Amino acid sequence: MEKNIIIVGVGGQGTLLASRILGAAATLKGYDVKVSEVHGMAQRGGSVITYVKYGQKVHSPIVAKGTADLILAFEMLEGFRYLPYLKKDGVLIVNNQTIDPMPVITGAMKYPEHIVEKIEQKNIRVVCVDALSKAIEAGSTKAVNVALIGSLAATSPIEKDIFIQALKQTVPEKFLDLNKKAFELGYKTGTEQ
Amino acid sequence: MKKMMLGNEAVARGMLESGISVVSSYPGTPSTEITEFAAKYEEIYAEWAPNEKVAVEVAIGASIAGARAAACMKHVGFNVAADPAFTVSYTGVNGGLVFCVADDPGLHSSQNEQDTRRLAVAAKIPVLEPSDSTECKEFTKLAVSLSEQFDTPVILRLSTRVAHSQSLVELCEPTPYQRKPYEKNPGKYVMMPGMAKVRHSFVEKRLKDMAAWAETAPVNRIEMGDTKIGIIASGIAYEYAKEAVPNASFLKLGLTYPLCADLIKDFASKVEKLYVIEELEPITEEFCKTLGISVIGKEILSLEGEYSTELIKKAILGIDDTVYTQDDQLPIRPPIMCPGCPHRGAHYVLKKLGVTVNGDIGCYTLGALPPMQSMDTCVCMGASVSMVHGFGLADPAFNKKTVAILGDSTFIHSGITPLINILYNKGVGTVIILHNSITGMTGDQQNTTTGYTLKGDATNIISLEKLCEAIGVKRIRVEDPFDLQGFEKAVKEEIAAEEPSVIISRRPCALLKGVKFPGPISIDPNKCIGCKMCMKIGCPAIVLKNDRPVIDSTLCNGCGLCKKVCKPNAIGDNK
Repeated sequence: MEKNIIIVGVGGQGTLLASRILGAAATLKGYDVKVSEVHGMAQRGGSVITYVKYGQKVHSPIVAKGTADLILAFEMLEGFRYLPYLKKDGVLIVNNQTIDPMPVITGAMKYPEHIVEKIEQKNIRVVCVDALSKAIEAGSTKAVNVALIGSLAATSPIEKDIFIQALKQTVPEKFLDLNKKAFELGYKTGTEQ
Repeated sequence: MKKMMLGNEAVARGMLESGISVVSSYPGTPSTEITEFAAKYEEIYAEWAPNEKVAVEVAIGASIAGARAAACMKHVGFNVAADPAFTVSYTGVNGGLVFCVADDPGLHSSQNEQDTRRLAVAAKIPVLEPSDSTECKEFTKLAVSLSEQFDTPVILRLSTRVAHSQSLVELCEPTPYQRKPYEKNPGKYVMMPGMAKVRHSFVEKRLKDMAAWAETAPVNRIEMGDTKIGIIASGIAYEYAKEAVPNASFLKLGLTYPLCADLIKDFASKVEKLYVIEELEPITEEFCKTLGISVIGKEILSLEGEYSTELIKKAILGIDDTVYTQDDQLPIRPPIMCPGCPHRGAHYVLKKLGVTVNGDIGCYTLGALPPMQSMDTCVCMGASVSMVHGFGLADPAFNKKTVAILGDSTFIHSGITPLINILYNKGVGTVIILHNSITGMTGDQQNTTTGYTLKGDATNIISLEKLCEAIGVKRIRVEDPFDLQGFEKAVKEEIAAEEPSVIISRRPCALLKGVKFPGPISIDPNKCIGCKMCMKIGCPAIVLKNDRPVIDSTLCNGCGLCKKVCKPNAIGDNK
């Protein structure tokens, strides 16, 4: 068994930490794991994609197009953009937040409408999460990433307590309670859908 | 014990385990974290040097003095360091000497896509190429031992996907290393013509010896599978190929220069169809062809960009796994300056004045993109200052409408010498130094103008004002780029002046810990007249809803720059 997951979003949203939590969970579960990150220029508000792969033996750290079991999207347009990575019967978990990219801000293009409907028309299972409100409920808008990891955990073959353990390893101790709360709220949403 | 490690962290771990005690580097994506992780080890002295040439020279000094040493940089940084690197190839080393050079196929964060191997071949420096984090650590250690065994610096060539991917690494105990005694040896360490001639012969022999070593080295290994397809690959391309064509036979090369001719011939004789899969330049492919071996390479795979599993699968097997296509024309999302970024104010003024802007390498390069599009050129570190002089030489009329713009770290890296050139040769350029007190684009590294070392200790601050004054610049002024009127006045006055001038645009990076903003502000819809002036500053937090600008409170930090361009005063504190 090999699991291929991509985490996409906008630079600055915390996709990197999310990929590290997932990577840590898969490592605790005893898998061979590779996580590929984005650093440098693209982090500055650009479209970002990080890759998490785990299984018996992982070669490429990059998920190939058409092979992702799951896309975790931090932003609507970015979830839509990276659809070609999804395999047949793959799942998209998407945060319902929208962030206008510069061509939309300058008026050169329109932000695409009815994204979820368009994706569902392709017979793809979409789990929509209001991660921002979960994060605010947990105590900080910055916890959007952990709330989304919670929703991902709800659909993952890796047990919940392993994710909690991974969270402890990955986030600073003073923010652990806040992040645990965000994780639980995200997890609950994930199980309800 | 096994630990998940970024390739760059694993290189730093390899430095620790092999007894490297001196690391000098200049930050550059994707190499930066090697030195940051090295600095976390008490056993390693690690520093940010002002540029890669200095870093490499520091490492050379430490090596000749008997310590094991390294310098780390991105591919284009190695161009800056090429001068000492080409000659230390002749002197050889005392303590092991490693240059960690990270290439960026696909240009994730770079100005070109050069292949470090071409330079390594020219400099006659051997190259090791790891494929994952385990190899990052092991090859670093091997680089140190090969360096001492063959009396040569060694390049550890990384690429973005190796440097920035995490995988599991088995940690080992560090090998204790006692600094070797330094012995005066002018024949080896003083490269004057007479000595260098002798050392050149040594270098040619060394390459032959290393090529012979490569024939049986464990880092070059054959993995026999189906003999219908044979693949020669190295670095990350090996991992992609292994996933794309798992049943093929492989020759995995760990040492990609000098290459192992007999091993390649042997492998070629065992397979029916032979492919060479290497990102960027066809160096291994060309070598195979000079051996008279028929290989398939760049005719089916590109010289450009990075490779992927799907690209290789399609090229070799003709299989495409893609299920869902994305046929909608989606708006792209290029990187942008952060909310609160001090560069935004400077770019806004330059755009408004319509001046020609010679730009440079850093976050402010993003000013070249819409909506600012205020930058005209960007070539390499420090080029803005030299080029503004060149513009003036081509036609003195440019002096009245041209500026150079570059960051504090970039100015120290390579902007001082061209400023001296302007002074010496009676040029009239205006140079704007964006002093944001950090090396931003690479992820907030300390530099000579910030007051802190890489290890976090307080240190001397290089005063930009005094430095420019010492060179002989008479017109030096410090401005706040968020004081739009003051900044505009300063630029107008300085480009009008008949002598060289420097504007220090001083405001800290919005991401720095000590920088506090009041929090999100909002637009009063009753006062807003819909002129969209606030949209012109290109802040990602200001978006259009029903043709009226609104501020996204999740992105806004309340820096207040938009307030300054809002004529009806419609932007105020969040109620």
